[in-house]
This record gives sequence, structure tokens and C-alpha cells, in this order.
Amino acid sequence: MLNFAIETGFVLIGLAMTLNLWRLVRGPDATDRILALDTMTINAIALLVLFGVRAGSSAYFEAALILAVMGFVGTVALAKYLLRGDIIE
Amino acid sequence: MKRLLPHPALSAAIFLLWAALSNAASVGALAVGALLAVLLPAVTRRFWPDTPRLQRPGVALRLAARVALDIVVANAAVARRVLGPLSRLQPAFVEVPLDLRDPFAATILASIVSLTPGTVSIDVDQTRWVLSLHALDAPDPQALAAAIKARYEAPLKEVFAC
Amino acid sequence: MNPAVETIVSLLILVGAAFALLGSIGLARLPDFFTRLHGPTKATTLGVGAMVLASSLHFSTTAPGLSLHEIAVLVFLFISAPVSAHVLAKAALHRQRRKDDR
Repeated sequence: MLNFAIETGFVLIGLAMTLNLWRLVRGPDATDRILALDTMTINAIALLVLFGVRAGSSAYFEAALILAVMGFVGTVALAKYLLRGDIIE
Repeated sequence: MKRLLPHPALSAAIFLLWAALSNAASVGALAVGALLAVLLPAVTRRFWPDTPRLQRPGVALRLAARVALDIVVANAAVARRVLGPLSRLQPAFVEVPLDLRDPFAATILASIVSLTPGTVSIDVDQTRWVLSLHALDAPDPQALAAAIKARYEAPLKEVFAC
Repeated sequence: MNPAVETIVSLLILVGAAFALLGSIGLARLPDFFTRLHGPTKATTLGVGAMVLASSLHFSTTAPGLSLHEIAVLVFLFISAPVSAHVLAKAALHRQRRKDDR
């Protein structure tokens, strides 16, 4: 049953990331693309957590944590760039 | 005591986070956590704004439980709206006049509003003390503003006594 | 593993994945930027939240000792999600205003 849930989870999150990719390509504005990237990072975190449960290893968790930190910093930096034309004032 | 731990809540948070991250309750890991909990706030104390003191921890816990419950309930409601016909949505910008006058408490309120699905806070105006937010589906903006004031702002005011 | 725990873990994974997908459907389907902003906040809060709880429960029951480091990811996401939503909303408003001025 756990295996079924994990496989289904992979499919659902894969679909979600495909939709994010569509929004990333489609735009129309730069803010939409940043939002799509941010959502994609969050979905990637979910995917990594799922990989960790399937492999029974907590090594995936470290990657998920780093992705959470870097995704957040990246989103804020990109949005800040749009807001000011500069990242560090 | 005051000099050793200028921000007791921050120290506790660092210690707990370290314990969770190291994922092992060994004496060594906890000792390093305790050391960091004392060192980090002391080294960075000049960067920390004056946060208001937590006056009523009981009310804070009840507020946290309410927010957690609201996240689940509102998630289901938003899911229905996302899957349903989009033409029936009535998105709106709503302005909520605030009673609290503390930047930290206002930040917490804005975060709560963003975390509960269906509303995203956009700006806190600290001269007029107005929280502007965007609602996914708000047929009655006035009622939404009143609900946010009653459900989240009133307990927050009580927690920080501001 | 205990079958009851396995059921709970499986349910949490399915619920989490379903909400992550719903958030992304919202992102793809909703008509303008500010309504789209609601999708990711939802995916974070319940989607990843349920997933991370499932992982924590799974490792707490299969490996010796409690597994709490997943909660650190959850705490971090709950703090960072409103901030990134807020910054993005500000950027969008700024661009809209500049477009209107032109």
C-alpha cells in the first residue's frame, strides 16, 4: 500500500511540475515566471521527501533542506531585482 | 541572566532547531545546540529589533491551533474554487484597518493571512496602519475584513499586549 | 511496519501530493497574476506539510528514535512562504504601476 501511495505521489507531483513548467514558458509576465519557478522548487522538495521515504534513507532530506533555503533566497532575489533593478542596494 | 540571554525565545528556537536538525539526542549534539543558543543571539543582538514581549502564551497556543485548523479548512474551500468554473470567482483587493500598532505583531498577522489559503497579504502600511490583501474569492470584502480582525488580530493584540 | 501507521503514512502522502497538484493547477489555470499567487501558498502549506509529516512518521517508526529533522523543513517553509508571496506581490504591483504610467 505504501508503494502504491508513493508511486501515485510521484505521478501527481510530476503532473504538478509539468503544469509549473507550462506556466514558466507561457509567462506572460516576469513575475508569473518567478512564481512558477518558486512553485516548482516547492514541488521538488515534496518529490525529494518522497524519494527519501521510498529509499528509506535520510540523505535525500538534506537535499530538500538546501533546496528550501536556496529556492527562497532565489525567489526573493529575483523579485527584488524586478522591484529595484538591483539586488543589493 | 539578561546579559547572557538577551532573547530567550530566540535562544530556545535555535536550540530546538539544532536538536531537530541533528536528529539525534546525543549529549554532544545538545551541547553544541546550547552553545549556539547562547552565542548566536549574543553576537547578533545589535541586529535584532525590539520585539514585544509574549504576554499570554496560552492565547498564542490557541491562536496557533486555530490557524492550523483554518489552513486545512480553507485549503479544501480553495481547492473547490480552483477546480470549479472560474467565471464565478470574485477576486478582490481588501483593505483591513488595523488596531494593533506594533510592526512585529503586524508582520505575524500578515504571515497568518498569507498562510491561510484564499488570502495573500500584499502590504502593511505603517503610517496609516492598514493591511492590504488580495482575496481569491470575496463576494463580501467587508465581512472578510471583519473576520480577519476578529479571528486573528484580536488574539494577536492580546498575545503581545499592544 | 505497523499496518495502521502504514495506512496513515500512505494517506498523508496521497493528500500531500493531491494538494501540491491542486496548487499547480491553480497556478496554470487562474486568469491573472494575483489570483495565481494563491496556488503556491496552498501547495506549500498543506501539500509539503502533509508530505513532510508522512516522512517524519515513516522514519520514526522504521528507524530507531524519533525523526524530527523533517519538521525543520516545514518550519522554514512556513516562515518563508508568506515572505516570498509578499515580495512577489509587491514586484507585480510595481510593474503594473510602471506599465500604467507609460
